[in-house]
This record gives sequence, C-alpha cells and structure tokens, in this order.
Amino acid sequence: MDAMLREYLPILIFLGLAIGIASVMVAASYFAAAQRPDSEKLSAYECGFEPFSDARHKFDVRFYLVAILFIIFDLEVAFLFPWAVTLGHTGLFGFWSMVAFLGVLTIGFIYEWKKGALEWE
Amino acid sequence: MADFWNFYAWPTIIIVLQIVAIVVPLLVAVAYLTLAERKVIGAIQLRKGPNVVGWFGLLQPFADGLKLFLKETVVPSGANRGVFIIAPMATFVLSLVAWAVIPFDAGMVLADINVGVLYLFAISSLGVYGIVMAGWASNSRYAFLGALRSAAQMVSYEVSIGFVIITVLLCVGSLNLSEIVLAQQGMWFFIPLLPMFVVFFISGLAETNRSPFDLPEGESEIVAGYMVEYSSMVFALFFLGEYANMILMSAMTCVLFLGGWLPPFDIAPFNWIPGPIWFALKIAAVLFLFLWVRATMPRYRYDQLMRLGWKVFLPLSLIWVVLTAGVLVATGWIPVTSR
Repeated sequence: MDAMLREYLPILIFLGLAIGIASVMVAASYFAAAQRPDSEKLSAYECGFEPFSDARHKFDVRFYLVAILFIIFDLEVAFLFPWAVTLGHTGLFGFWSMVAFLGVLTIGFIYEWKKGALEWE
Repeated sequence: MADFWNFYAWPTIIIVLQIVAIVVPLLVAVAYLTLAERKVIGAIQLRKGPNVVGWFGLLQPFADGLKLFLKETVVPSGANRGVFIIAPMATFVLSLVAWAVIPFDAGMVLADINVGVLYLFAISSLGVYGIVMAGWASNSRYAFLGALRSAAQMVSYEVSIGFVIITVLLCVGSLNLSEIVLAQQGMWFFIPLLPMFVVFFISGLAETNRSPFDLPEGESEIVAGYMVEYSSMVFALFFLGEYANMILMSAMTCVLFLGGWLPPFDIAPFNWIPGPIWFALKIAAVLFLFLWVRATMPRYRYDQLMRLGWKVFLPLSLIWVVLTAGVLVATGWIPVTSR
C-alpha cells in the first residue's frame, strides 16, 4: 500500500466500523424492546398540553448573525493554520503580512461590536 | 493471491484489531465516566452516589445501559424519521472517529497523519450537525430551541479554540499530534501559554455543552433541549457521544498543553511508568476538573455566555496569537521545520 493509503485507510475503516456499531445498537434495541406506539405517546412534548402547532416557525435573526460571524472568523483560523506552520521560513515578512491581514479583520470586528451585533439582551 | 494477503488482507485485519483496541476501552471509559460523575458529585454534596448495583455501584453503568436498551424507541409522529434516527448516530460516530489520530505513546497511533490537528478541528466542527439535525427533525419547540442555542454556542467557542490551537502550532511548527507532544519534552505548553490553556479548557466546557454552559439542555427552562424527544438506544447514543466527546476534549487538552504521554519529569521513578498510563492519568485529571466545575458553578445566562465567547475569549486569543508569533520571530525561537 502506498503512504497516502496507509495513513488514511485506518480512518476510513474506523468510520465504517463506527457506523456499523451505531446501526447495530439502534437496530438491536428496536427489535429487542416491545414497541407499542399510540397517538398520545407519539405527539411532540409540550409540558403536558396538546401540541399547539409544529416547530417549523420563524426564529431570532441573531442566530443567523452568529453563523455569519462564525464563517468569517473560522475562515480566518483556516488561513492561519498554514501560516503558523511555515512562519519559521517566512520570518518577519510572513509575520507583518499576517498582522496586516488580522488588522483588517480587527477593524471589521470593532465595527460589528460598535454596531451591537454581539449584544444579546 | 499471496500479494492480496500480504498487501491488503493482513494490514486491514491488523487495522481492525487496532480500532477494536481503541473503541472497547473508550466505551468502558465512557461507562465509568458516567459513574465517576455521579460518585464525584455525590461526594462533593456529601452523599454516597450510586452504591446498590455491584460493589460501590460498579455495575451501575451497565444496569443503566441495559435499561435504555430495553426501552421502546419512540419516534414522534411529526418527526422526519430518517434524520431523527441519523442525528444521534452522527454524534456517536463522530465522537469515536476523532480518536483515530490521538497518539497514546511514541508511535502508538492508529493514523499518524501529518494534519492531525486539522482533522481533530474538522471532526469537532462536524459535531454541530448531529445536534442541529436532532433539533430540526424532532419537530418539537423545545428541541428546536435547544438545538439553536447549542449550535450558536458551539460555533462561538470553536473560533477561540481555533486561535488557541494556532498559538500551540506556532510553538511546534507541525500539525502532527505526535510532534506536538514531542515538542513539549523541555516544558509542557501550559506553562508558557497559561492564558491560552485556561481559554482552551473553558471553551472545551462550552464546546461539549457541559455545565456551567449547559444551556442547550437547561432542564429548568427547555426540559432537555434537543434531546427531549429521544428515548431508548437513540438517546443512549447521544449520551455516549457526549461523554466520549468530553474524554476527547480532555485528551486534546493533554496533547496540546499537558505533554501527552510524557512523564512530568524525565528521571528515574517517573519514566518507569509507560506513556499510555501517564496519558490516561492526565486525561482522568482533566476529566475530574470537568466534574468538579459541574458540581460547583451555577449555570451561565445566554447573553453572558455569548459575551464571554465573542467579547472576551475572541479578542484575548487573537491578541495572544499575534503576541506569540511576534515573540517567537523576534527572538528567533520559531521552529524551522524541514517539511
């Protein structure tokens, strides 16, 4: 087997085995336990009330905001990974270019903060 | 035919055996972590904890597992059946698969890939999917709110975890987990990077939805959050996945900051003890902190949680990345790797 396969095949096999274990556990329990569904038991839990309506309704826009902020900063982290590993080679030039990049992002972050995008009252 | 055996069949069989050697101890550790949690919290509150099933309650986890196994699998009538069943399986599978790259001793690792940290980071990001899928597929208000909260919380703290990992990488110059551990032979990273160690541990609590950041499950407001509609083995898979994630987070803390399998001092009585035992002891110590925090701290409010993540940890870890890089470059301590 070549090097690439030797490194990554165990992960693939592990994934397959883990899916297998999870499926067997769920299936075995499904067939081993008595299944007696009725309409009351299958209705969604709502503190003992009849459920008013289903859960497919609108929710707070701030969750979208968090998701968008997350994408920006997680992408930034993804850029930092190769930079951090090769900083020994790029030296001062690498350091100052990343400081410039982080500076631009920090300006954006300060703007978000001042705009109140990070407030949850 | 001989080729097939030598090059494909035997290696595959060995890999499967190695995987079994990781998964079985891991699941036993998860079972006993649930018992340890109840015992430790019991002791802190001057109770005895479970002590009826087996000696000192040692068979309690298996009794709990058997009970869950023999319960009815309730799938709500409004739920999306497929996604509803897949969600806990995803959580469980991801929490197991991440262990493929954890080094237990020098060379004792299932997949010694050169992007180990990136793989761990990716797998722990995917953990959000299980929770979002569960909350959406249940089609229940509580589950939906719990999943939204949980997703926003995990996503917020993931950013600072990313920056903390970057500071460690700066000191190592490699993404391989074994090399990260070996780079700590002189000094464990929690000493020079102490603030980042604290940020990482607290973010780890938030990432695994542990107390004091257990709002997604907040019993007193949204019952059990995204797990409210789950029963039987699908619930057990969530439970196992969460505790396996806790152990994984402790293992990551040990690898990144506490010197992995290395003994605290490389002198006679300490280096007689084999690496995996040191690793297990360190994981147990970090896990004890997880349990201790749960027994001591009151729960955060949601706005406090978001403020801590975005307004304290994010700027702090960002500044620390620049500071670490600056100091390493200015003093010439930055590691130059050949790869």
